[in-house]
Parts: sequence; C-alpha cells; structure tokens
Amino acid sequence: MIQEKAIILSNTEMVKDIWKMEIKTKLARQARPGQFIEILVPPFFLRRPISIHEIKEDSLVIIYKVLGEGTLKMTKMKESIDIFGPMGNGFPMEDQDIVLVGGGVGVPPLYETAKQYLKNGHKVQVVLGFNTKDQIFLEEELQALGCEVFIATMDGSYGTKGTAIDAIEAQEIQNPFVLACGPLPMLKALQTRYTKGYLSLEARMACGIGACMGCVVKDKEGHSLRVCKDGPVFSMQEVAL
Amino acid sequence: MMDLSVKLPGLNLKNPIIPASGCFGFGKEYAELYDLSILGGIAIKSATPQERFGNPTPRIAETPGGMLNAIGLQNKGVDSIIEKELPFLAQYDTEIIANVAGATEEDYVEVIRKLNDQPVVKAYELNISCPNVKHGGIGLGTKPDLAAHVTKLAKEAAAKPVYVKLSPNVTDIVEIAKAVEEAGADGLVLINTLMGMRIDLKSGKPLLANKTGGLSGPAIKPVAIRMVYQVAQAVNIPIIGVGGITCAEDVLEFLNAGASAVEVGAQNFVDPFVCPKIIQDLPSVLQRYGYTSPKEAVGRSFRDE
Repeated sequence: MIQEKAIILSNTEMVKDIWKMEIKTKLARQARPGQFIEILVPPFFLRRPISIHEIKEDSLVIIYKVLGEGTLKMTKMKESIDIFGPMGNGFPMEDQDIVLVGGGVGVPPLYETAKQYLKNGHKVQVVLGFNTKDQIFLEEELQALGCEVFIATMDGSYGTKGTAIDAIEAQEIQNPFVLACGPLPMLKALQTRYTKGYLSLEARMACGIGACMGCVVKDKEGHSLRVCKDGPVFSMQEVAL
Repeated sequence: MMDLSVKLPGLNLKNPIIPASGCFGFGKEYAELYDLSILGGIAIKSATPQERFGNPTPRIAETPGGMLNAIGLQNKGVDSIIEKELPFLAQYDTEIIANVAGATEEDYVEVIRKLNDQPVVKAYELNISCPNVKHGGIGLGTKPDLAAHVTKLAKEAAAKPVYVKLSPNVTDIVEIAKAVEEAGADGLVLINTLMGMRIDLKSGKPLLANKTGGLSGPAIKPVAIRMVYQVAQAVNIPIIGVGGITCAEDVLEFLNAGASAVEVGAQNFVDPFVCPKIIQDLPSVLQRYGYTSPKEAVGRSFRDE
C-alpha cells in the first residue's frame, strides 16, 4: 500500500452524474482488479473508498457517481489527488469462463476484471443493470474488449426490462460462475441462485485497512469479516447479506 | 537530536506519541506501513472477557471536521487477544497499553487478571467512557462514585499501573478525575469521544444503526484541550491527552494544556502515516517554541512564569 499525492490526468463526466478520473500513480503497479483506493477530498474528513475501474501501466482509472457533497467536490478536482492503496483482496483470477454481473456504480471494477479474464483466454459474458437507458455506461467499452454484453433497465427503455437477474433469465445465460458487484438486492438475488463465484461488497469505511472494525459483515457462521481487508470480494456463499 | 522520551507510571515512552485505542487495532495493519518500534506506545483495541461482535452497521458517519463511530467494542475476547495478538506485538520496541472494557465491574477485573502475567502489556487503560455500549462503558464513567469504585477494584486486581480513560459526556470532568485519582488511578487519559448523532435526510432516521455514536477528529480538539487544562490543575497524576490531534503543533497544544503524552486517534484513518510524521516533526516544533524537551512544555498554559 502506498500513500501518494498523485497527478490527475483527466476528470470528465461520462453520463449524467457518472464521472471518470484517470490518475497517474505508482499504485498502478501494485493494483489488481476488484481492489479499491481511498481518496482524500478536502475539506471532508474521511477518505472515500472508490473501486479501481482500469489498471494501466502507470495510471489508474476510477469511475464515481455524484451522490453527495464529497463526490461533487471530486468533480472539481483538476491537478492532484491524495490517494492511498491499493486496498482489499480483489477478484481472484480463476482458470475458467465467467459471467460478470453489475449494477449501477458496481459496474466499474468489472471492467478490469473482464480485461484480465479475456487476456487469460476465457470467455466473458457481462450482464449490467441500470434504472434507465440514459444511465447506461461502459456497455460499448466492454464490448470493445471482447465481452458479450447484456443490459437490463428497470423501466425497459433499453435491453431486458427489469433487473440484471431478469436479463440472465431472458438471455438464458448458463455459465454458473458469476463475479458480481452492485446494489445489495442484486447481490442477495445472486446468492439465492448461484453457489460458485464471487461478490464484491460496498460499505461505509473509516480506516480502509482493517484496523477500525467500521465496515464489518458476518459470515454464515456469524464470524465477523472486514469488507475493507477481508473483502471487498467474498466467495458467493461466504457472507450473510 | 532532541530527546523526546517521557517517563510515566509503567511506561518508558521514547516519545509522547501513542496511537489511540480503537483506531489502530492491534497494530498488524499499520505494521505493514511502518515500523511500530518508532512509536512511544500503542493503546490497543479494547479487550472484554468474551468475544463481542459489536453494533450493527452502518457504524461510521462522517461529520464536519471529524466522524462518528459506533463500533461497540468489537473484539475477540481477552483470551484470543492474549493468544493471537500480544505475541505479534512483543516483537516491537514500544510500550503496549491494554485498553480494558466490560459490561460490569467484574468484567474489568477479569480482563486485568488475565493480562497481569502478559509482560508485553505495560499498563492498563480503563475504558469507562465508551458511549456505544448499553452496559458498562460510559455508564460507569459519568458518575464519580461509580468511576471511583471500578478504579479501586481495577487497582486491587492490577499488577501494573492503571490509567483511567474519562468521558467528556459529563457536567464536571474535574469531579470525576479527582474521584478516580483518589481511588488510586496512576494516570488519566482524556478524552474519549463525545456522543453525537447524524440523521439521514432521505429516510429522516439516524444514519448510524446504533442511532448515536462517538464524535472524534479535529472537531473535538478544543473540548479535549479545555478538559485537559481543567483536570491537570486539579490532580497530581499524569494525563495522556487525546482528541483531534493531526500534527505536531496539536501535540504541543496538549502538552501546554497539561498532558504529558498524547494519543492520536481518528487521524490515523485520514493519514495512515500521521504518527511517524508527528514524531519526525515534533523536535522542530518544540524547538521553534523554545522548548528543549516535551516535558518543558507540559502545563505551561497555567504555570506562573
């Protein structure tokens, strides 16, 4: 883990309220798909945990949604940014084809994961859920990587009407090995359908490195796990959601 | 090179900087970032007799200049801490302060008895000020007679010096400090967090699952300084100051207020390297204000000059 005052290479809006920032940083050499970094957004006190969207040779790309004052402030950042990481375990690289399932701001970390599975010669199907057509992002980028991409929208304005789970059913996606990141109801639904694969969780964090016990979840035996350090990626049936 | 060492009951601190309990776990995570031996000491996460899962989540909420937490003394229990955490800490040349918590007076005594024969633990920090548990904690720390009684029992059980960590959530902290001193405390740690709340405007409900939480961070520093200043003039035992420290200047402010050493809490989350940075900066900051040691600065705010 490195703390660094890193250089912002770009910071632009992709679709309404979804922003993409590329940061030139030494952390890029250590990062793995599914890990996150912690960002300082002065004058706010706590760092913001943000998942890594793409790992380049000497830069990292993050995608964030403007949800509050902190993320709004991030859209104004232009020159440098204090980052700490990479943190968490990330998605394991297993020797097999995968289905990536994402919803909303859970989609970005799936991109680098897709990239690496494709590089290892595996087939990658991607199922993404959004509320409406105008909120869709990364569809084309994932297709450009070589993924087969399926979209669901809650209002039916694009792709399958309903959730990502509805799209899995409508498209008759059979591969039982799923890697997912997204809203809690989506992760819960996946847990009832799948036994294999991994889920990436989101949590309010303080330290981000496993010391403060702010972001714990329970495993199915009732033992506590830290989302920031033991996760954010857990095997499909490990955590009681 | 300035000598930063500070000698307190049971503690030979090479410098007055101690990560605060609950903000540093048992050191393992921070040991991946820097050598823990540079620290004056470490106040390790609270130990209770049995494992505690703690409160439901969310446990964390940001506030202007700080944060609320409602962890609820999550820990694996004193036996597990002795078996799994203390051996790791033994490899470092730093003074370990065991934070002791419980739901009843007997809990405090039980934890202390078990830690007495652990040589790595140099002193106890009696946590009678946690705002996030229903029993014990703050319940014992807000009434002078109860605080004094648990201190007395702890002292009787303890084979090492006992520091009592006081709550700021009281009308008169001086009264409690004096009661605890009289009961035999070897030192005081002040302050613990201030009880607070945030409400989520979308739901209209408290943001923390526990509803209330403990406020820490720079926002509470003036409260801590004021309390250290008042208590330091009223007692004859040393004070470890804690509350909102982010830099070496803050440390000097606590020393001037009457603290002999300090604990650094929430800032570890913001800047994981804050303790090494403060240790590095402290000599030049002390020098800039005309001191040749931390001790010289202690209590200057109320000393006749």
